[in-house]
Amino acid sequence: MGTSLFEKLWQAHVVCEESADRPAVLFIDLHLVHEVTSPQGFDTLRERGLPVRRPDLTVATLDHSTPTTPPDEDGQRHYYTDQARNQVETLERNCEAFGIRLEGWDSEHRGVVHVMGPEIGATQPGMTVVCGDSHTATHGAFGALAFGIGTTEVGYVLATQCLLQRKPKSMRIVVDGQLGPGVSAKDLILHIINTIGVNGGTGHVIEYAGEAIEALTMEQRMTVCNMTIEAGARAGMIAPDQKTIDYLRGRALAPAGEAFEAAADRWLALRSDEQAVFDHEVRLDAAAIEPTVTWGIDPSMSIPVGASVPAGGSDSVDRALDYMGLHGGQALAGHPVDIVFIGSCTNGRISDLRAAASVLAGRKVAADTRMLIVPGSEAVRRQAEAEGLHEIFLAAGAEWREPGCSMCLAMNGDLVAPGLTAVSTSNRNFEGRQGQGARTMLASPLTAAACAVAGCVVDPRTLMGEAA
Amino acid sequence: MEAFTQLTGPALVLSQVNIDTDQIIPGRFLTATSFEGMGDYAFADWRFDAQGEPLPDCVLNEPRAAASPILVAGRNFGCGSSREHAPRALLGFGFRVVISSEIADIFRNNAQNVGLLPIVLEPAQHEQLLAMDGEALTVDLEACEVRTPAGQVFSFQLDGFARYCLLKGMDRLDFLLAQQDQIKSYEDNHER
Ligand code: SF4
Repeated sequence: MGTSLFEKLWQAHVVCEESADRPAVLFIDLHLVHEVTSPQGFDTLRERGLPVRRPDLTVATLDHSTPTTPPDEDGQRHYYTDQARNQVETLERNCEAFGIRLEGWDSEHRGVVHVMGPEIGATQPGMTVVCGDSHTATHGAFGALAFGIGTTEVGYVLATQCLLQRKPKSMRIVVDGQLGPGVSAKDLILHIINTIGVNGGTGHVIEYAGEAIEALTMEQRMTVCNMTIEAGARAGMIAPDQKTIDYLRGRALAPAGEAFEAAADRWLALRSDEQAVFDHEVRLDAAAIEPTVTWGIDPSMSIPVGASVPAGGSDSVDRALDYMGLHGGQALAGHPVDIVFIGSCTNGRISDLRAAASVLAGRKVAADTRMLIVPGSEAVRRQAEAEGLHEIFLAAGAEWREPGCSMCLAMNGDLVAPGLTAVSTSNRNFEGRQGQGARTMLASPLTAAACAVAGCVVDPRTLMGEAA
Repeated sequence: MEAFTQLTGPALVLSQVNIDTDQIIPGRFLTATSFEGMGDYAFADWRFDAQGEPLPDCVLNEPRAAASPILVAGRNFGCGSSREHAPRALLGFGFRVVISSEIADIFRNNAQNVGLLPIVLEPAQHEQLLAMDGEALTVDLEACEVRTPAGQVFSFQLDGFARYCLLKGMDRLDFLLAQQDQIKSYEDNHER
């Protein structure tokens, strides 16, 4: 019997085997930290007089509570609340006190933690990666075992570089064929979540494989792995290949020179054996997937953009329709959109901004629609500006902001007012996620940009290839 | 972490499925740097309108809610983010136990770590409990049983280590710190 990629990663990190009485002690290769879920973890160290065991394996950044507006003339940043400022400054102090690398305000990589980690080459194949954040699954795109933890566990990892874990089950999702034009990685993962359900992955680590997955770029793979948690799974992963190696070469924290070539050989060997057995297998056909939009209040409630929402009749569908202000059975196309948000750890990378720009070039955001574009990191912002994408956005009438989580979870004051409908490239459409009473429709950057131009839900393929 | 052995108290039923962590505690309350007072924000958007006024129809605003130590919730409770603020808010609100037919992985881990007992029951048993709003249930962690006033006994399973930690009120950090030698030898053998 062969061994799966997950199994190999798990075995390579077991410090103490699990037994009936106790979980495995698992070693963590990379601990990513942000301001929201870390302060009480550092407090635990202080209370016990402990150091951070491996500051060399710990990297922090500022993203959730940070303003996305630029500093004023005096260089002052305007936080949404004093508490938000305090939270950011607390992490700055903690990093200083405990000797942790901080991609802070002066870093060209400051940004959403799951954009920053891969960008500086901190995330590497074969690693265990954790962060006090459920979208840590993103890093699985590199063939890492990456998952979210709570704040108490952040304290454990700071203190011991280890976690207590029961071994999850394994699932493989094989996607055959090719995605059609105008269909993106975001549509693919929304379709997968719709197929297996918001709890379809509970208790499992998912490996994505197949022709359509292999064809994805690293940024697209990150989009897919990122939303694994929305199907309830602990982690998602994709075996490293030449694209993974090419992405990592030359990144700040990746090995250099001969060490890189040696690492690359090791990384390329990290894959599931032919005979590997999974607890569950799912097969999908990429060609059947269309641009997909959510209509409800969890990420599995999605339909092809040209389809109609369910008729209703069950409690959960009725509640969702009511919250979203939709009638059972209505077509989504043509439904008015008040706000469009492009950004987040799901779709805030340079390729996402290029996709949005391809739609917005020479067009205008609809008069009654507001569009906010937030790069995932400072490096993404600089790259976009070097390519002139920001000029396209501004000319179209969109707002071009500084990097951060922003409207993805509306902690920093970038929020959707009650009752307004937002088409968002983020990952969660839960009630109130983007602000109390906010109605969120998740979509790809292409679809979101097309909706901004149309002022309503629209199939992006109608704008593609057609001269603006 | 407070130890848990057994308790008897009224159940509060929230039968909605997929209650996510943004419902349990909305993101805007996460800027605090301590968990103090999190209970005030539990289910904030269900309990209060945009002006902060309590919504009269919300069962969580009834006096009995704060006096119910047991939350019986719809399937797939706690899905979404890894915010530990969610189980902390439930504890702060007064719950010690949450029962569902399915509980999301990270939430369940976090709950165990902070002393909120997560119980997963068979769908048929869960279904019966969903109909027992306000009734006094006994949750016995020694016996791993939920007992109803009519004398029904529903057994549940909990990871042995999690159960031990809850029964003793034991902090897992002490356990991990006791493994320092093994951690050190792992590090020595896995230098990168
Ligand atoms: S962008 Fe959104 S989902 Fe990603 S880390 Fe930030 S808040 Fe979480």
